[in-house]
Amino acid sequence: MTKPKASKKVSKPLFEDADWNFDTLRRTYDAIEDIALNELELSVYPNQIEIISAEQMLDAYSSVGMPLMYAHWSYGKHFVANEIQYRKGLRGLAYEIVINSSPCISYNMEENTMAQQTLVMAHAAFGHNHFFKNNQQFLQWTDAEGILDYLNFAKSYITQCEERYGVAEVESVLDAAHALMSHGVFRYRRPQKLSLKAEEERRKERIAYEERMVHYLWDGLTSLAKAEPNDAQREAEKRKHTLHLPEENLLYFLEQYSPILHTWQREVLRIVRNIAQYFYPQRQTKVMNEGCACFVHYYITNRMHEKGQLTDGTMLEILHNHSNVITQPDFDEAHYGGFNPYALGFAMMEDIKRICLEPTEEDYAWFPEFAGNRDWKNTIKDAWANYRDESFITQFLSPHVIRKFRMFTLSDEARAAHVQVSDIHNEQGYINIREKLARTYDIAIMDPDIQVVDVDLLGDRCLKLQHLKRDGIALNNVERDKVLSHLRKLWGYDVAMEEVEAS
Amino acid sequence: MANFIDRRLNPKDKSLGNRRRFLKRVRSHIKRAVDDSVRERGLTDVERGEKVSVPTKGIEEPVFRRDPKTGKREHVLSGNKQYIVGDKILKPGGGAGAGSGKEGSNSGEGEDEFVFALSRDEFIDLFFEDLELPDLIKHSIKEVQTYRPRRAGYSVSGSPNNINVLRTMRNSLGRRLALKRPDNKQIKELQAEVFKLEKVSRKTKKQQQELARLHAELEELLRRQRVIAFIDPLDVRYNYFEHAPEPNANAVMFCLMDTSASMGEREKDLAKRFFILLHLFLKRRYKKIDLVFVRHTHNAQEVDEEAFFYSRETGGTVVSTALKEMKHIIDERYPPYEWNIYAAQASDGENFAGDTDVCVELLKNEIMPVCQYYAYIEILEEAEAKLMEAEENGMELWRGYRTVKADWQNFAMKRISTPSDIYPVFRQLFAKKQAGAQQ
Repeated sequence: MTKPKASKKVSKPLFEDADWNFDTLRRTYDAIEDIALNELELSVYPNQIEIISAEQMLDAYSSVGMPLMYAHWSYGKHFVANEIQYRKGLRGLAYEIVINSSPCISYNMEENTMAQQTLVMAHAAFGHNHFFKNNQQFLQWTDAEGILDYLNFAKSYITQCEERYGVAEVESVLDAAHALMSHGVFRYRRPQKLSLKAEEERRKERIAYEERMVHYLWDGLTSLAKAEPNDAQREAEKRKHTLHLPEENLLYFLEQYSPILHTWQREVLRIVRNIAQYFYPQRQTKVMNEGCACFVHYYITNRMHEKGQLTDGTMLEILHNHSNVITQPDFDEAHYGGFNPYALGFAMMEDIKRICLEPTEEDYAWFPEFAGNRDWKNTIKDAWANYRDESFITQFLSPHVIRKFRMFTLSDEARAAHVQVSDIHNEQGYINIREKLARTYDIAIMDPDIQVVDVDLLGDRCLKLQHLKRDGIALNNVERDKVLSHLRKLWGYDVAMEEVEAS
Repeated sequence: MANFIDRRLNPKDKSLGNRRRFLKRVRSHIKRAVDDSVRERGLTDVERGEKVSVPTKGIEEPVFRRDPKTGKREHVLSGNKQYIVGDKILKPGGGAGAGSGKEGSNSGEGEDEFVFALSRDEFIDLFFEDLELPDLIKHSIKEVQTYRPRRAGYSVSGSPNNINVLRTMRNSLGRRLALKRPDNKQIKELQAEVFKLEKVSRKTKKQQQELARLHAELEELLRRQRVIAFIDPLDVRYNYFEHAPEPNANAVMFCLMDTSASMGEREKDLAKRFFILLHLFLKRRYKKIDLVFVRHTHNAQEVDEEAFFYSRETGGTVVSTALKEMKHIIDERYPPYEWNIYAAQASDGENFAGDTDVCVELLKNEIMPVCQYYAYIEILEEAEAKLMEAEENGMELWRGYRTVKADWQNFAMKRISTPSDIYPVFRQLFAKKQAGAQQ
């Protein structure tokens, strides 16, 4: 064992073996916590760290990483797919899975060495955890306290439905709902808090209400029939108003207004929609979330090494894992798959720190608000709290990072035989690259923009959807038609979709 | 402070339910794969799991997705080496190919097959799926029974080698506590005190009194310890064994088949399926099953599985040779009082003129008395099967065997012409026999 000489307070290493046990885990956790809370001043949910085996990791993978989930064949499909890849050695398993809940649950693999466990605890139990607890997206759109309760409710509710209405019935509703899942979120309105109790109250209320009332549709029909024919235009406006059209949350619309669904089917849609909403912030903050976690684990493990809590050997292993995770392959390498969110996130976080501490002339020009302010901790924590990937990149991607990744952009016209290089990492290119990269992380742009625009209640009750094509990008026909047939099942009448060019 | 939880001992098959639903979804594809694999497999290793691949049809999860073949995009990539603004790069595949970037990679529906492994149980379930196996086990076949001791609680009497130490010591401890038997520690402490006092050379009066008291106390404790035994006969418990009837664990299954030229691939395949079923069925009941393959043309010989199903021979057809061979093997290796003997015979029903009477005699007098069960299946062309719907019609062998059936309840005979016949026939064969000994 070699002791680091430079640092002032040299303590005994926390462990030297590769094997871990619960005692070592606890001691190491305490050391990590000390640095995380007292030096980095993170604020985290209480941690619950669960050790699981490879099989259990596979289980967790296939149910979208959640500890409990209702049953559906697609999870089984993912399970067998993951399993076969894992058994063939085509892919390793993650070292951990972390859940945005309070307490914050992280699953650590039993196969991890003690060095990896250290890394994983710093990464997930403090990095991700801090991000979950502080980022606006998560605070606004998810409910960490309620999610496990809610999943519990969802699971037992779906089981009950299966008992009452049959597995096949429930499955067909879930299939259809899953197809629309990415269009089951409110992007601009804040969803309600999830609470098991309120959820059940609401459900009972809804049943009672439906028993009391005639369905709005039929109710509306009788009054509409009396209206003057030349008022059709105004009626249409009124109708759109009462149905809150246009509506981008397709699942919500179906849940509220589908003429054929039973109460329980509406409830199932609601469950799928709530789960989609829960994952919505995660999709918007991949780069930041991983960047934050990598930054935190890198800082903490280095500090532990300085303090002498980690041996040189352990530190080398940690660094080896760290650099594996943050590798960014070049575009012409075989395993290139776009930007690695770990690499980009980590590079940007480190860059913010650098700009705070050792800014160059360029940085002063680009980031006058914080360049050289020396308060990197608060600058970076402010970024973690208040941005999502798209705005974060727009705000913080520096020429330095663009150069480091040697970023360039390609203009790609689908019909053309060539792609054209439109920007490279030079003075003229920085702004464009930054803007274009930010756009690729804006899911409002990357997800197709589909809205319910009208329902022809007087005629054939055809549900009219509109896809606003951006940059002339249409939907994949085959899949679109499959999704529409699912949609038809839920709506009960015909569904039409028109694709219009965005102005 | 973190809460650490060890979940490794939790049940690990949380996804099993989902997996089952998925299998159900692709059932028809898997079923075909299973059927195919059965044809390729050996009879004895049919119970292995199996890798199957199914087409992705029916298991896609469609979503609204942007079509990579339309529109205009701006991609941001990393690792520029020599490009400058304005460079044109030919798209891979030329023309309107998929753009680079992540949209290209997960585009739409791949046609690749979805490969995964079935476990042994899943395989067997699927194999029997359209064969409706479940009730089969309940229908019992007469079995030779043996007895075997089985744990059945505890008793107060028994032989010393069956003492249950844990129970005995628990009783002893309880009794000792209840009767306040002094333990050795108490006595040692007291003795130490006595010893200490005794060492004092000149004792005060108080000390002498104390010593006397201690002696008395020690005496009393020792007495109690003597009187209250550490282990009393009352405490002793024995493991109790009951003699439970157990089915005889050994079975032998004879597969007899006509391998003359008239038995083609189709006939052999049908026969093989039947033998597989019978083997699986027996295997679920018996720990150990020997398989004996006897093939015959105009003479019979015992062969291995490979030769039984795949080699071809030419020659006439004399069924009785196979029965003689079987009888010979039984006499030599499988005494009926130790073995449950099952036999299945497959044939296209042809036989050398006059031989049938010999067969019937052999069966009635020699074989049926020692057999648990004898199943005869006749494999016909589909056209033939229509002609001979009635039980009474049939060739010479069929008619001859009908007389055996009349005499012996555990003799069964059926006709098969298509694979779908096999299970119904199989079930008829086994369903309504004597509802005798249940294990």
